[in-house]
Amino acid sequence: MTGVRVLAGTSKGAFVLTSDGRREEWEVSGPFFGGWEIYHLKGSPADPDRLYASQSSGWSGQVIQRSDDGGRTWEPVGNKFSYDGTPGTHQWYDGTPHPWEFARVWHLEPSLDDPDAVYAGAEDAALFRSADGGDTWHELPGLREHRSGPSWQPGAGGMCLHTILLDRSAPGRMFAAISAAGAFRSEDAGATWRPVNRGLQSEGIPDPDAEVGHCVHRIAMHPSRPDVLFMQKHWDVMRSDDGGDSWHEISGNLPTDFGFPIDVHAHEPDTIYVVPITSDAEHYPPEGKLRVYRSRTGGNEWEPLTNGLPQQHCYHNVLRDAMAVDSLDECGVYFGTTGGQIYGSADAGDTWAPIVRDLPRVLSVEVQTLP
Amino acid sequence: MIRVVLPAHLRTLARIDGEVELDVPGRVTRGSVLDALEVRYPVLRGTIRHQDGGARRAFIRFFACEEDLSHEPPDAPLPEPVATGAEPYLIVGAMAGG
Repeated sequence: MTGVRVLAGTSKGAFVLTSDGRREEWEVSGPFFGGWEIYHLKGSPADPDRLYASQSSGWSGQVIQRSDDGGRTWEPVGNKFSYDGTPGTHQWYDGTPHPWEFARVWHLEPSLDDPDAVYAGAEDAALFRSADGGDTWHELPGLREHRSGPSWQPGAGGMCLHTILLDRSAPGRMFAAISAAGAFRSEDAGATWRPVNRGLQSEGIPDPDAEVGHCVHRIAMHPSRPDVLFMQKHWDVMRSDDGGDSWHEISGNLPTDFGFPIDVHAHEPDTIYVVPITSDAEHYPPEGKLRVYRSRTGGNEWEPLTNGLPQQHCYHNVLRDAMAVDSLDECGVYFGTTGGQIYGSADAGDTWAPIVRDLPRVLSVEVQTLP
Repeated sequence: MIRVVLPAHLRTLARIDGEVELDVPGRVTRGSVLDALEVRYPVLRGTIRHQDGGARRAFIRFFACEEDLSHEPPDAPLPEPVATGAEPYLIVGAMAGG
């Protein structure tokens, strides 16, 4: 029966939420890996039973888990993430050179067509790939070794490679985004990269329109229109119509254009979602009202979606990897908060309801649409 | 036989109940004990010491015989009661928030 599986990573474990196509009744399983931070988990588009999870802790570092039964059982796989060659330095917060040090995997992006192939976005920013189901990992060093690499600086959360987008229409084309270096594009499956940040303006860096140094929070793409990219930057919501070669602002009438996640409707490439957050100093919704904003025009014109969301005294954040959409006929939208709620909408955002209310801090939300 | 006690989250990860008993060939040192432990439980690689270089992870400590041995060199002999199995070798997650 058609259904959905929501994969939630939290600060104290992973949870799997399942429902049928109506998305009214939910079964909640977990916590898996209780007590560990689960930055991200995601399923293979080629095999929905194959899942990967990034498990880490300040005590014991990185573990990668793999499931072959849709998240019911898990096996730890390889956790050796070694930078290629002698990695050199990037800039530290104070501007001094700092050695590249692996901290954790922020994001796992399974291959579109091979369940055993998966990319990992790491902190300190680097891209790794496994071709054997996560048993072994190898860096694709062309990104970190870009000539601008020594000038990259961490954002407040660390220098993380948090976004990996694969273009189904152009094998070998992929995008990555790093806080706070910016967006990058590869045309050769990650071997070489070029920054794609023209048009971004960031007042917090010495040269506001520099080639790199922008704190990109998230990028989203609709698979049917891969040249159109949407970006939530530290401040500003941006759009590119040329695969990242140039960007223009589409913040329009948003109450604030600071935020973290951005996503695209499964069937309407010009319908996009953001969650405005007050500011970089106040990581909570304006006026204590949790509002998702939807644009049906590809940006600039935004409408608040509030039905079912708390409209007073809400001071949670929604992190960059904590929003996802399903691809049922009526597109479902899901997001998790730092207060432990996961909200779902089965009608493209018109109405919302909490699926769970009291999880640990939600770090990531992904959804699988099941056959 | 060397007795090793792991922190709870690593016992869960490696699916271990209670103490681990290890045969450690040759000199009984932190390095040789961890080598034997990681052969028995490969999932523990990288969780106690870094895989590149073998340095102790910052929030992991090693105690035995009421002593903190965390700063001893990895090839230093462990106390005789640990080597004979009279006392366990304690691998401890440092007390820290979260």
